[in-house]
Amino acid sequence: MATGFIVRKNQYYDSVFLMGVNNRLSQIQGVQQTAVLMASEKNKELLVNFGLHGEEIESAQPNDLIVTVIAETPQIVETVLANLDQALISQEASAPASHLHSLEEGLVEKPFANLAAFSIPGEYVYREAMKALEANLNVFIFSSNVPLEEELKLKQFASEHKLLVMGPDCGTSILGGVGIGFANVVRNGTIGVIGPSGTGLQEFTSQVHNAGYGISHAFGTGSHDLSDEIGGVTTLMALDALETDEQTEVIAIVAKPPGQKTLHHLVARLKNCTRPVVACFLGTPPEDVNTNSGILWARMIDDAVLSAIQVSGKRESTPGIQLTETEHGLARQTRAKWSSEQCYLRGLLAGGTFCHQSQQILLEAGIEVYSNAPLKPQYKLTHPDHSYKHTLIDMGDDAYTLGKPHPMIDGTMRKQRILAESYDPSVAILLLDFILGYNASMDPVGELLDAIVEAKQRMQQHAGDLAVVASICGTQEDPQELDLQAKLLQEAGVILFHSNAKASLFCCELLKPAKEV
Amino acid sequence: MQNKIEELLHEPLVVINVGLKGFAESLEQQEVEVVQIDWVPPAGGDPEMIDLLERLL
Repeated sequence: MATGFIVRKNQYYDSVFLMGVNNRLSQIQGVQQTAVLMASEKNKELLVNFGLHGEEIESAQPNDLIVTVIAETPQIVETVLANLDQALISQEASAPASHLHSLEEGLVEKPFANLAAFSIPGEYVYREAMKALEANLNVFIFSSNVPLEEELKLKQFASEHKLLVMGPDCGTSILGGVGIGFANVVRNGTIGVIGPSGTGLQEFTSQVHNAGYGISHAFGTGSHDLSDEIGGVTTLMALDALETDEQTEVIAIVAKPPGQKTLHHLVARLKNCTRPVVACFLGTPPEDVNTNSGILWARMIDDAVLSAIQVSGKRESTPGIQLTETEHGLARQTRAKWSSEQCYLRGLLAGGTFCHQSQQILLEAGIEVYSNAPLKPQYKLTHPDHSYKHTLIDMGDDAYTLGKPHPMIDGTMRKQRILAESYDPSVAILLLDFILGYNASMDPVGELLDAIVEAKQRMQQHAGDLAVVASICGTQEDPQELDLQAKLLQEAGVILFHSNAKASLFCCELLKPAKEV
Repeated sequence: MQNKIEELLHEPLVVINVGLKGFAESLEQQEVEVVQIDWVPPAGGDPEMIDLLERLL
């Protein structure tokens, strides 16, 4: 194998643009791997891990472009690097450049703006977002890796000036029917929702829509908002906004378990809310919280959706989610096809909240599950690339996304991992999630379909069968069209559910000890 | 007069999108007024130089 790299001074591009260039270069015959990235400190560390270092890389600045190539021969490396300009030109043609390059220029162009959205490297966010707040704008921050003390300063400033900071690490919001970031196309309605996680909000809002109801507003607050360091500043402000919003009849909060101090503070506020409140902290209500507080507690996102719909639609209460008789029968038929060796579940999830909720459901069913993002420290994987017994991987974790596209945008990493798992004869179940909506991949199912088919065929050659269980999060109105994506999965023999919780329950049923079956 | 958060909920959004173009494109698809900023780190991305520049300006 031959390697090579070049550094281009003062050529800055955003990460999605670079991903496009990377895709173009990696398609050249004989190329094993390419990396097209800006010379930030983190990216330079990444290159050292790949064995690339030297004075030229060390002295490169964050505005410098680095292109690295691993290929079969030195000639191919040269060809790729010689093709860089053409790849940059082609990519620029597909996404014409803006003539504006700073927030200040944007304010001149749109003096009546009411929101600034940031998706820039985390180390620059504080400075830029503070400028937006000082210009009296609300702020949506998609960027991650913003230090907590900077997040707190931004949120305290915003709170003092009656402005909202959604984020950092905020994937989704829906305001007055407009989806910002990774949002699904949902009906306008009377259910308001607040959540730190993008996929949690996407699952909630899509399920509400698919049940025939609608969303007033969905506030993303950022993945650290409910930590004790931040104290839920944005969550509490969003709650105030929904409580006084005439359109909103019921308010739901969907989140991973908050910090202890923040939880108590939040529950005290929720108890005094003048609108009905549904709270889902992914798990049973916290033990030290008074459950007779008028708050409707939900264990899973699906339960939160049902409760919100009951209140909003003034319907009778319905039982929580459970498998149907047909699904129990399908589980029995599926198990019967396994070889004697097959016994383990491997989940490869693009949504962090889905990875959390699936673990919660499996652990509650008494099934020990290992992860790179475990719910209990004893279940932490030694290495995220090496599955152990029952394993669920959060493929959107920083370890996978540093310098690479998130699995919601590009399926390459999940595809490789599906194939890797299929060589392990003890694997019986593959659990996947597919997330539709604005800014997600236009064909998330199509990207993984070949790998799913190949993995199933490999297991069949060994006298077994791989049960591929998947959930799909989205609506028919999404750019990808729910029905179209679902049809592709069903035609490939995938057992499909329209909720991650239900898919996880089905996995529990598949893993029931033989004596109980 | 409504505050800026209420405006966010009840008035049409006017967005300055700093960074990924896709976010601006999806807002345009929803007929939202949006301006795209192709952001570049100031002062070559050097934090000390950025601080110095900010103090000078």
